[in-house]
Formats: sequence, structure tokens, C-alpha cells
Amino acid sequence: MMQPVTTSSAQSLPLPEGLQGVVADWSSDQRAFKNVPWGKAMMWIFLLSDTFVFSCFLVAYMTVRTSTTELWPNPSVVFGLTLFGKEIPLLLIAIMTFVLISSSGTMAMAVKFGYEKNRKMSFILLLITAALGATFVGMQAFEWTKLIVDEGIRPWGNPMGAAQFGAAFFMITGFHGTHVSIGVIFLLIVAAKVLRGDLDHERPGFLTGRKGNYEIVEIMGLYWHFVDLVWVFIFAFFYLW
Amino acid sequence: MAHAQGQQHPIGIYLKIWGLLFILSTASYFVDYFHFQGYLRWFLILLFMLLKAGLIVSFFMHMIWERLALIYAILVPTLLLLVLIGIGALEGHYTSFTRGAFFGNAVHAPAQHR
Repeated sequence: MMQPVTTSSAQSLPLPEGLQGVVADWSSDQRAFKNVPWGKAMMWIFLLSDTFVFSCFLVAYMTVRTSTTELWPNPSVVFGLTLFGKEIPLLLIAIMTFVLISSSGTMAMAVKFGYEKNRKMSFILLLITAALGATFVGMQAFEWTKLIVDEGIRPWGNPMGAAQFGAAFFMITGFHGTHVSIGVIFLLIVAAKVLRGDLDHERPGFLTGRKGNYEIVEIMGLYWHFVDLVWVFIFAFFYLW
Repeated sequence: MAHAQGQQHPIGIYLKIWGLLFILSTASYFVDYFHFQGYLRWFLILLFMLLKAGLIVSFFMHMIWERLALIYAILVPTLLLLVLIGIGALEGHYTSFTRGAFFGNAVHAPAQHR
């Protein structure tokens, strides 16, 4: 009477690709994101929400800049540095950009070495990433000091032009700098876990109790690359526009 | 499959993308350094920005190796931002127009560099 169904758990069926794959994944009544650990999918969702937060700031900046009747201070001049008696526009910002991009490069390689279980290289690269991140925050602190103390820029006004300049600047770069600072702290935590071998021996984390796994290095990497990504947009819209 | 053991790709890819990002950043810095103005400036800034963002998301964040279901879940909602940008632009120009109409004389052309 019973009709036995032959199933095998030896290997899963191949997943359909392309648009068919999208429909199949989303309608599968299981987990929509195949092939990715849930921690990674959730990091992506978080980054999506963070994208909206930063976009709100940038759109707000756009509306105040288009609607103000005063001249907008020229960022090329405001953020210029005088070096050897020569005025070089946006120099500090350019260096900050290169520092952050370099940290993204080392982060990507730390993820790669992590998956290869190369603990030492992964740790060193994570440490370099954190150091570059800290350098970025340090340069930002220098920039803020210069703007507040020397040039008298405040969130409610400044001597160069439109009062909204300061509000937009401190809000956008401040929020981004906070992200970088939090990232540096998390990088150091992940680096310590890698060095101690927590991820190789699947030791549970102190906060979540989840088994250690090199996926967390990649998830950390997603956050860090996102911070770099946001800087790309800030650099274009705030400093270059 | 690359996904079975997480995302593993040869180191050369990362180094090449890193190099490209350096070149693109330098290029966008030169847009300011050589004082390009007007539509050329905006076109170049947006071009370099989108190229850099695309490279970071695609390769450093491994997006091109992910399944389409995840890519759509992240990128399609992001497109909604175009609506927000549109609303913001409308509102900004309208506010600028009313300020011009009511405060009259002292109004400059909005938001141009010196």
C-alpha cells in the first residue's frame, strides 16, 4: 500500500539560476537566501537600512543647498591645505580617501586569508585595516579642529556663506566618522578572535554564544566596505560638488 | 562551487580592484584640482563615483558572486531612493523659488561656486 519515495540527503538538488532562481528562492517557503549564512544576509539587510539613513542625510543636504539664497562655501577652498607655502585644494580629503580605500583592500584580503585558515596573515591584515581606520578618524579629528577653531565654522553658521554648510558637514561626516570608529572597535575584536584561534576551534562568542566561524570575518568585511562605500558618495557629493 | 566554503577568490582580483579604485580616486581628485566646471564636472564626478561604488559592491563585497535573489533584495529597494531624491529636488527648488519671490532683491543664483 505504502508508496516509498526515494529521497537522498547525500546532495541537494542544483539550484535554478537567473530570474527563475529568484522566484524559486523567494517562494521556497524555507530560507530565501540560499548559500549565504544568515548572519551575512542580516548584515546585508542592516547595510540596506544604513544606506537609507545616509541617503536621508545626503538628500537633506541637497535640499538645503538648492534652496539657500546665500552662496554655498566652496569646499575646494575650505578643505584646502597650505603645504610649503602652496595652497593645495582638498589635499587632506584626498589622503583620507586613499587611506580608507587601502583599508578596504587589506580587509578584502583578510577575509580571503581567513577562509584559507591562514590565521597569522588574516590577523595582520585585520590589524592593518584597523590601524588605517584609526588613521582616518584621526585625520577627521584634525579636519574638524581646523574647521571649528581656525575657520569658525559652526552648525548654525560660518563666515564664508550659507549657514546650512556647517550643519550638513558636521552631521554627515560625524555620522560617517562614528561608523568608522565603531568599525575599528569591531575589527580589533574580530582580530583578537582570529589570533586566539576562536574561529578555528569553533569557540562560542561571549555575547551570542554562536560557534566561532570565519564567516564573521567576511561579515565584518561587509560592514567595513560599506563604510568605504559611503565615503565614496560623501566625497563626490559634499567635497567635490 | 565557491559558496560551499564561503567566498574564496584569488588574491589578484582584490589587488586589481584596489589599483582601479586608486586610479579612479585620483581621477576624481583631478576633476577638482584642474577646476573642471559645469556639466563636465558633474558628469565626471558621478561617473567616477558610480564606478568606484560598483567595484566595491561587486568585488570587495562579493555581490557578483551572490545569488540573484540576494542581489535583488538589496539593490531594488535602493532604487526607491531615486524617488526620495526627486522629491527633495522638487522641494528644494520650490523653496528657493518662494524665497526669491518673497525676499526678492538680495537673492543670488542658488548654490554656485564662487
